[in-house]
Amino acid sequence: MTKTIDAVQDQFETFQILSEDGEVVNESAMPKLSDEQLQELMRRMVYTRIWDQRAISLNRQGRLGFYAPVAGQEASMLGTQFALDKEDWILPGYRDIPQIVFHGLPLYQAFLYSRGHFQGGQIPEGVNVLMPQIIIGAQIIQAAGVGFGLKKNGKKNVCITYTGDGGASQGDFYEGLNFAGAYGANTIFVVQNNRFAISVPVEKQSAAKTIAQKAVAAGIEGIQVDGMDVLAVYAATQQARERAIAGDGPTLIETLTYRYGPHTMAGDDPTRYRTKELDDEWEKKDPLVRFRKFLEKKNLWSEDQENKVVEEAKEDIKAAIKKADGAPKQKVTDLINFMFEELPYNLREQLEEYTAKESK
Amino acid sequence: MAQMTMIQAITDAMRTELKNNENVLVFGEDVGQNGGVFRATEGLQKEFGEDRVFDTPLAESGIGGLALGLGLTGFRPVMEIQFFGFVFEVMDSVVAQMARMRYRSGGVYNSPVTIRSPFGGGVKTPELHADNLEGLMYQSPGIKVVIPSTPYDAKGLLISAIRDNDPVVYLEHMKLYRSFRGEVPEEEYTIEIGKADVKREGKDVSIITYGAMVHASLKAAEELEKEGISAEVIDLRTISPLDIDTIIASVEKTGRAIVVQEAQKQAGIGAFVVAEINDRAILSLEAPVLRVAAPDTVFPFASAEDVWIPDHRDIVEKAKKVYNF
Repeated sequence: MTKTIDAVQDQFETFQILSEDGEVVNESAMPKLSDEQLQELMRRMVYTRIWDQRAISLNRQGRLGFYAPVAGQEASMLGTQFALDKEDWILPGYRDIPQIVFHGLPLYQAFLYSRGHFQGGQIPEGVNVLMPQIIIGAQIIQAAGVGFGLKKNGKKNVCITYTGDGGASQGDFYEGLNFAGAYGANTIFVVQNNRFAISVPVEKQSAAKTIAQKAVAAGIEGIQVDGMDVLAVYAATQQARERAIAGDGPTLIETLTYRYGPHTMAGDDPTRYRTKELDDEWEKKDPLVRFRKFLEKKNLWSEDQENKVVEEAKEDIKAAIKKADGAPKQKVTDLINFMFEELPYNLREQLEEYTAKESK
Repeated sequence: MAQMTMIQAITDAMRTELKNNENVLVFGEDVGQNGGVFRATEGLQKEFGEDRVFDTPLAESGIGGLALGLGLTGFRPVMEIQFFGFVFEVMDSVVAQMARMRYRSGGVYNSPVTIRSPFGGGVKTPELHADNLEGLMYQSPGIKVVIPSTPYDAKGLLISAIRDNDPVVYLEHMKLYRSFRGEVPEEEYTIEIGKADVKREGKDVSIITYGAMVHASLKAAEELEKEGISAEVIDLRTISPLDIDTIIASVEKTGRAIVVQEAQKQAGIGAFVVAEINDRAILSLEAPVLRVAAPDTVFPFASAEDVWIPDHRDIVEKAKKVYNF
């Protein structure tokens, strides 16, 4: 007799559509995407890879602040976002900037967020995203609330939220899944399992063989996806979205992915805890390489096209940094004014004090 | 006018707002069919339906996240934390998330959430039910903290809290729930958040207080009167932000003040009130501003409440000390 735990874990096989060579290995699961959509997915992944390289370099020059590298996670990030409707909500973690930018946050604001400027959080009207969440897990319980709100409002929309493998150990992670399940909320939970929470390998987070199986504790759907395969990520998200808006409740998606860079640019050195062998193994799974091969076989991608995207990304980044440079310096009076609709006495007094200081 | 207990006034306020605004939602542990562990939400689910008044899983943090998320999608959540000693489970949602929402989005988003929660000693509850943790909230920028002491104040302040577009922590002292009735208008009315109320006028010493200590202070004031000391009792009603004008006007008139709280001396808001008075009215002071507070221990085991919780005798003693300084 198999142990109960084995029987559970066997339910969570990795869902894959493209092999590492760009071959379709799961034809029946192939999402219906037009040639233009396939090219757009590739464009976004290349764009994001360049953006990541530039962001690291701008951070080193002191022209950006807090930055959590994303190279390696393009399929996981952009494949999920690509399955969304404009009206859907995104509650990102601190690494999930590409998703909110492709959902409508201007790039210069993402840079201002990185530098620590309030304009980085001033999401334009009609762009349904929150600022990146620093408290790991908080976005998960909040996403249960947003997804429930969408359901209560009768919206055919979802709320998607992201955390990492380490985040799946938090209490809020479990509570969020469980609340969403209890209320049948329109929520999609994505765990981007890049195998490391700073220096701690996923094996030290939990004895569970998959993170997807944590859905069982909440009684909701769970799926493990090859997070380096943009088509599988897209297909899984699209199905989760359809289920949610049909009233069938939330889904937990685990994407198996990897970050090629450090945890953040604040002094983390992955060579202290990652082997070269492991890095090499995951380099082979690069989501860009795989998808490029797939598109090239279909004559949908060329070096020229790729170079064009690279140039476009570089130009955009240059323009966005310039625009960020032009943002006004923050004043204490700005910060005071964002605290409440109506200021209490202490802030009214401090506003006066700092207004006087600032006018000197 | 009707005669109501404080808990009836609280229910009445929620009923008023559920009726007034279809976006108002009331939720928490056992607040639905059961009507709340103190009957604060009695009859509300029956009247407004499960879509408006509903139970949650047993997880305070999840309740906080739910409230924040519902707030983002156009609702006005009135969430309940069954006992405020359980706030530690949901500190992140309240002080690190809701309280910062307007600020961190540069004014784009807000959290129009009311957090109702019972607290307070004198009814011999088990551990971590009665703790006075309002000081933690006072120290957190971005939230308002309301603590009513009468049925009339409870209704007007709760309606204001629910209508406020920023998060309000609304703390209900368990000992005051049913200990007396008071006149409460049946129609809707509001009491401005951030406004204290002079519950008794006096000229010799100001007693600045809130919660159950308002009643202990009024009792103390009667005793002091017999000894020829005229005490003015100020019920802060909102402890964050303080009503600095009312506090300072009273101290300038009396020249003497004490601050009375049920919380431990190292907790609560006594120290903040003293500091504000020292900053703003030192030239009016005939004596230092002293505090009546509980000892700096963990909240007492139930059968030690009587010797631990400050009472009117402690207030009389401290008021006399200031008067005779």
